[in-house]
Amino acid sequence: MNGRADARADERGGVSERVLGTAFHARTAAASKRNRWHDWNGYTVADCYTAADLEYFAVRNATGVFDLSPMTKYRITGPDAWAYLDRLLTRDIAMLEPGRVLYAVWCDDAGKVIDDGTVFQLADGDYRLCCQERHLDWLQDAALGFDVRVQEETAAVAALAVQGPTSCAVLKALGLDGVEALRPFRHARFALGDGEELVSRTGFTGDLGYELWIDPARAEALWDRLFEAGRGRGIAPIGTDALELCRIEAGFIQAGVDFLPATGIVRPGRARSPFELGLDWLVDFRKPNFNGRRALAKELREGSRWRLVRLDIEGNKPAHHAYVFDRRRRQVGFVTSAAWSPVAKKNVALATVARPAGEPVDTLFAEIYYQREMHWSRKMAACRVVQDPFWDPPRRRATPPADF
Amino acid sequence: MSRPRHDAVVIGAGHNGLACAAYLARAGLDVTVLEAAERVGGGAAERQLAAGFRAPGLAHLLANMQPEVAAELELAKFGLATVCADVATLALSPDGDHVGLHGDRLKGPVSARDHQGYAELRSRMLRFAALLRPWLNRRPPLLVNGAAGDKVALARLGLDIRRLGRREMREFLRMIGTNIYDVLDEYLTDDRVKGALALDAVLGTHLGPRSGNSVLTALYRLAGDPGGGPGTLALPAGGMGRVADAFAGAARAAGARVRTGCPVARIRVDHGRACGVELADGERLEATLVISSADPKTTVFDLLGARHVEAGFARRVHHLRMAGNAAKLHLALDAAPEFSGAPPDALAGRLLIAPDMDYVERAFNPAKYGRCSEQPVMEITVPSAADPTLAPPGCHVLSAVVQYAPRFLEDGWDDERTGAFRERVLATLSAYAPGLRRHIVAAELLGPADIERIYRVRGGHWHHGELALDQFLFTRPVPGATGYALPLEGLWLCGAGTHPGGGISGAAGRNAAAEILRREGRR
Repeated sequence: MNGRADARADERGGVSERVLGTAFHARTAAASKRNRWHDWNGYTVADCYTAADLEYFAVRNATGVFDLSPMTKYRITGPDAWAYLDRLLTRDIAMLEPGRVLYAVWCDDAGKVIDDGTVFQLADGDYRLCCQERHLDWLQDAALGFDVRVQEETAAVAALAVQGPTSCAVLKALGLDGVEALRPFRHARFALGDGEELVSRTGFTGDLGYELWIDPARAEALWDRLFEAGRGRGIAPIGTDALELCRIEAGFIQAGVDFLPATGIVRPGRARSPFELGLDWLVDFRKPNFNGRRALAKELREGSRWRLVRLDIEGNKPAHHAYVFDRRRRQVGFVTSAAWSPVAKKNVALATVARPAGEPVDTLFAEIYYQREMHWSRKMAACRVVQDPFWDPPRRRATPPADF
Repeated sequence: MSRPRHDAVVIGAGHNGLACAAYLARAGLDVTVLEAAERVGGGAAERQLAAGFRAPGLAHLLANMQPEVAAELELAKFGLATVCADVATLALSPDGDHVGLHGDRLKGPVSARDHQGYAELRSRMLRFAALLRPWLNRRPPLLVNGAAGDKVALARLGLDIRRLGRREMREFLRMIGTNIYDVLDEYLTDDRVKGALALDAVLGTHLGPRSGNSVLTALYRLAGDPGGGPGTLALPAGGMGRVADAFAGAARAAGARVRTGCPVARIRVDHGRACGVELADGERLEATLVISSADPKTTVFDLLGARHVEAGFARRVHHLRMAGNAAKLHLALDAAPEFSGAPPDALAGRLLIAPDMDYVERAFNPAKYGRCSEQPVMEITVPSAADPTLAPPGCHVLSAVVQYAPRFLEDGWDDERTGAFRERVLATLSAYAPGLRRHIVAAELLGPADIERIYRVRGGHWHHGELALDQFLFTRPVPGATGYALPLEGLWLCGAGTHPGGGISGAAGRNAAAEILRREGRR
């Protein structure tokens, strides 16, 4: 039985279809002016609270607060925990140490990506893995032969992402002394009130930002203190719509959107390898063994089939779900994420194309359909393949960040 | 000081390990075989019951022997001989009205219809088993990504099935996946004969006669030829230990070193390649190839460590069905056992306690729920009746395969439960041989937990894994290791857990050696 079902178990011990509120629900519900919600991993989360563009600008210009409690979290403990992760993840985890966060992907034996996520080393032999989808069955099967325990702790840890240029200042005002010294992909515990909270310098916005991992019992009080501390620094709660725009600008891929977890795929050829998602840098063949190594070594020799590209598209009409064509008007792929980027002033997209299409100099075309007063139009928009994220400000990495 | 580097170390000196070593040494490789026990042979080794009483450890008959192995390794030169190359079977009946089965004939009080039905069934089963035979002596072809040779082999199988003729082909395809209970009902009416044949189909498996797949296991048993013709059973001269010694002799003569009493603690891995083994006493042997005749679970989880293979592969190995269901009874007797109504020469053959098919099925029922049979089925031999050297003058050794004794009991195995089951076994046996208990000098019952411990087989399954359609041929032991190579450079399997499976045949060791030489190249 997976954790999702556990979280939804009703009073009689059966599985209910009730969608739960997060530990912040009383606060998020009060903040919601639009009453627009959706189900994320079995929890109610806001699409937006006021308007997506306002929330987006809170992240880019001040501080946006996102309730990321439904993010799937696994606790991996035991004497073999390091060896377990070393075999599970495709990248070298030698730099993993207490206080460190690592972005990583993991594959099945066929070298196809199951999910991406972040690994926190909390202590020696004690790790937290955060990811988009649920994978308890795979993670536990992968534990066969290891002295390791894998438990779902999604419901046991509430989380807030605090993102944007003033976020460090907000956290300092909250009372997190020394948070400005926290470097990207590091985490630390900070005294707060009568407790201690785990804070990591991570996020899904491509901006300066932090994530707070807290005891659900203290969630509401923390929310109140956080917004109190953020007054005057432009703090605002943000929903999934604004976050989605931020992550596309940052060029981050998302499971279930830009690729599908290999464990859930039925049709052959629909799964993707790390090479096909532009994650070559996360695969380290110096490791003698990891899940998917043999298949990936073969793929490296024989060539990959797909490529994930970032597209800069002419015009201003988002290329949602557009087919992608090459110069000779052959269909070579499709867009998986698209948006008009306010901060980059570009029409951007993430797309999957069949190699050899998608080389850096390639010109591709997106077939965009759009509607104006009931009438549909079609446009073949030229696209430039770009290498860098559309938004990657220096403040994302600056330590200490600027004060406000 | 530089340690000597071997071309190959073989883990386990069972007959498959020894056969593999013999073939590799013949090809010029420097091979060392490492055996944990004090003597070679594994499941073919003999056990000393009491002074002068030598019992066959696990296997007590040669059933699956492949003539190719015996001929190529010149096993006769190293002591392999049979006292009886075509052992007769007596299907025991509680009322003493026994029926003999020998070759394609029945002996005893059965109807003309059964005589005819039996001959017809036997010839058909042998014809189908003959289809399997060429497959047992080669690497199973790969269904996907196979080489041209694999495609030819697959086409050949299709052609061979087609060549049976329309009627026989239909019958083959119908029977292969069905159960022995229904098949026997179609051909025979005599309960004793059906019971005996049903037992043959389910020996050493977690199957009852009504279980699907039990025709395949019956065919597998008929696909060998220990010398008396296809599908015969043989008793080796000098006992099973002599068979083990013959394999060891062949290996040594080819130049392989065979070391006993040195259990391997782990397989060593260097940068994703097997590079040798470490013994329990800490000694390290370096080798270019490590070949394990241990079962796949022991090899992957205990000797290698799951971290050296990928998760999906480890999961497949973990899910191998290899929980044993058979126990082994050994009795040292101060006189010849007397089975009521049985002719004296029956002791030189084999005697079956499986009076009808429902009896066998009922014996199986509790095994599904983690309990031993109330009334077990048995395959009995008295090796000393055929070869008096196995016991002191006038004395005898009785060996019986007893089912069902599932490896995983509701409450687990302990001395008390083993004792209780032994009592049940002796009670069942006494119903057919009333005076038996008075003559027992020594007795031992090896339950599957004992077999697991003594023979170092996870689950105590003497085929190192159920022989079933999902663990047979193209998928034995698991996808990703069907060509004897484990998914780690330099590491191979050659035991009963690989294709074609268990039984004293040496085919797995032979096929593995051929594949190793083909893939790794001769020196």
